Amino acid sequence: MIALLMRDIRLATRAGGGFGLGLAFFLIVVVLVPFGVGPQTDLLARIAVGILWIGALLACLLSLDRIFALDFEDGSLDLLATAPVPMEAVAVIKALAHWLTTGLPLVLAAPLLGVLLSLPADGYLPVVISLLLGTPALSMIGAFGAALTVGLRRGGLLLSLLVLPLYVPTLIFGAEMARRGIDGLDTTTPMLMLAGITCGTIALLPFAAAAVLRVNLR
Amino acid sequence: MLRADDLSVARGGLRVLDGVSFTLTSGEALILRGPNGAGKTTLLRTLAGLQPPLAGRIESEPDALVYAGHADGIKSMLTVRENLSFWAQVFGTSDISAALDAYELTALADRPAGMLSAGQKRRLGLSRLLVTGRPVWILDEPTVSLDTHAVSMFARVVRDHLAEGGAALMATHIDLGLNEARVLDVAPFRAKTPGIDEFDEAFL
Amino acid sequence: MSSIWVYANPKKFIDTTDRFLPWVSVLAVVCLVIGLIWGFFFTPDDYRQGSTVKIIYLHVPSALMAINAWLMMLVASLIWIVRRHHVSALAARAAAPVGVVMTLIALATGAIWGQPMWGTWWAWDPRLTSFLILFLFYLGYIALWEAIEDDDTAADLTSILCLVGSVFALLSRYAVNFWNQGLHQGASLSLDKEENVADVFYHPLLFSIAGFVFLFIALVFLRTQTEIRARRMRALIVRDRMKD
Repeated sequence: MIALLMRDIRLATRAGGGFGLGLAFFLIVVVLVPFGVGPQTDLLARIAVGILWIGALLACLLSLDRIFALDFEDGSLDLLATAPVPMEAVAVIKALAHWLTTGLPLVLAAPLLGVLLSLPADGYLPVVISLLLGTPALSMIGAFGAALTVGLRRGGLLLSLLVLPLYVPTLIFGAEMARRGIDGLDTTTPMLMLAGITCGTIALLPFAAAAVLRVNLR
Repeated sequence: MLRADDLSVARGGLRVLDGVSFTLTSGEALILRGPNGAGKTTLLRTLAGLQPPLAGRIESEPDALVYAGHADGIKSMLTVRENLSFWAQVFGTSDISAALDAYELTALADRPAGMLSAGQKRRLGLSRLLVTGRPVWILDEPTVSLDTHAVSMFARVVRDHLAEGGAALMATHIDLGLNEARVLDVAPFRAKTPGIDEFDEAFL
Repeated sequence: MSSIWVYANPKKFIDTTDRFLPWVSVLAVVCLVIGLIWGFFFTPDDYRQGSTVKIIYLHVPSALMAINAWLMMLVASLIWIVRRHHVSALAARAAAPVGVVMTLIALATGAIWGQPMWGTWWAWDPRLTSFLILFLFYLGYIALWEAIEDDDTAADLTSILCLVGSVFALLSRYAVNFWNQGLHQGASLSLDKEENVADVFYHPLLFSIAGFVFLFIALVFLRTQTEIRARRMRALIVRDRMKD
């Protein structure tokens, strides 16, 4: 299982693996928003959390279809399915690799981009913590969506349509937690809800993802 | 080591083979033959556990099977050695040098797999079977894109594997020179189309 | 007496529903006519809302059915996963577009009602928002059905999506409640239904709800029959191609 994780990370970081694309996309979204809404600092500061969360979510979405599609096309998924590794573990490891190569860099980049959006000083810690708690769920839900659409041509668009509604609770609690942090309110409830959703997702969705993968390999 | 009992398999919701039975014992090779579309690949995928049979039973020793399909599952960005040691790790073994030797890949070991020719890639795909350490090989058209030299290489590896008590089940059209191999023609097992009025629960 | 599962046989299902379909349709029409006419013309205007309140006879039943249709799909999906009855999967598929339309009716009538009442067509009220999210879930579910060629694969994948989606839809419902309170500090636009629905409005509402339920049943019966026949045709075509 560690071998699979190392392989996926190695594949993602090697030339042509698409590592950094999500990060660059995140940067571009954040740069484009002020062009759209105007350069007023107070307005940007107010919507900074929302932009960072939406940007992270979209950047995450961008690389989802690679989670299983490449392995499906070159036959690795068939071989993994017959290897002594449970499909559930494959799903978790794949999601973890996606998080390490996409989600974690986004979390680390968020404070830097917060500067561009004149995020209030109190906001940095809540934003980073909320993203840190929320992005694993985004990767796991995304892995489920990727597993659903793995056998389909033109699965990419469908993947977004399926996955984005599933992102709603994570987005709501994540952004709410960061906003409350900025306003100096108590963040406990949204933080617990966010962490709960992430834990629940990681605990249960691998089974759904594995079931769906088995169906798609038939 | 592997036993199929009255097996029915379906492809795309349609029954293709009916009543397939055979036994594969240690040291034995079984070659599937039959025209294109007869259901050889479907049968092999069913035996490998990638899809459930419609009916019948498959019995095998636990953790005995390893499957190699049309695609080799090779990552072109990784080197030959990295590709192979990944599968070795997945199957919990470590020694890949014997596998590299058997298919004359040692000299290519540090080359990115993307730079291999089709035949070399196939050899890499087949060498994966050796690192798995599993006794029963299920092979789907293993000799595609291999030249005569590589085919004899493959035949030698299979023969060694059988001599060590392994077994192999393969679908192939090429004569491998494995004289001891049994041949199973799947054409007689072709599923009969049920009558129009027999539509029932399953729409098959 | 045979078990209920005999109706999972496509032929038996078509035969049985054929017998019930006229009755259910008539019931639907009768209930709707009674409920709507009674509601629209023979109830007093609300002392606060005037005659706009009467849109309740479309709004409430369609909103109810939007959720019930999803619940029915969930049950049908579970039956497919556990017992693998094809009719069940096809019924779930048949119900989805009906559910979408119900959701749209609920959203549209809500907007029309909201304009005179709240002075806006749309507000990010928790209830409205969760219906919008429900609409997105329906879209994804239908899109997945449409995208997959193999019927059994599609049935498997969509039923798992329905299961997972149900959990997330429920989560979203609570998340949205939480989110809006967080924004507006409890200053919500939502209507207190209990306060509005006095007895005079209540009885015709029951009729129109019953009408919507029967309408839903009739539509699902009809659409499931169509799905069964379409599926049968596809099977025949495939078989014809394989015969040669």
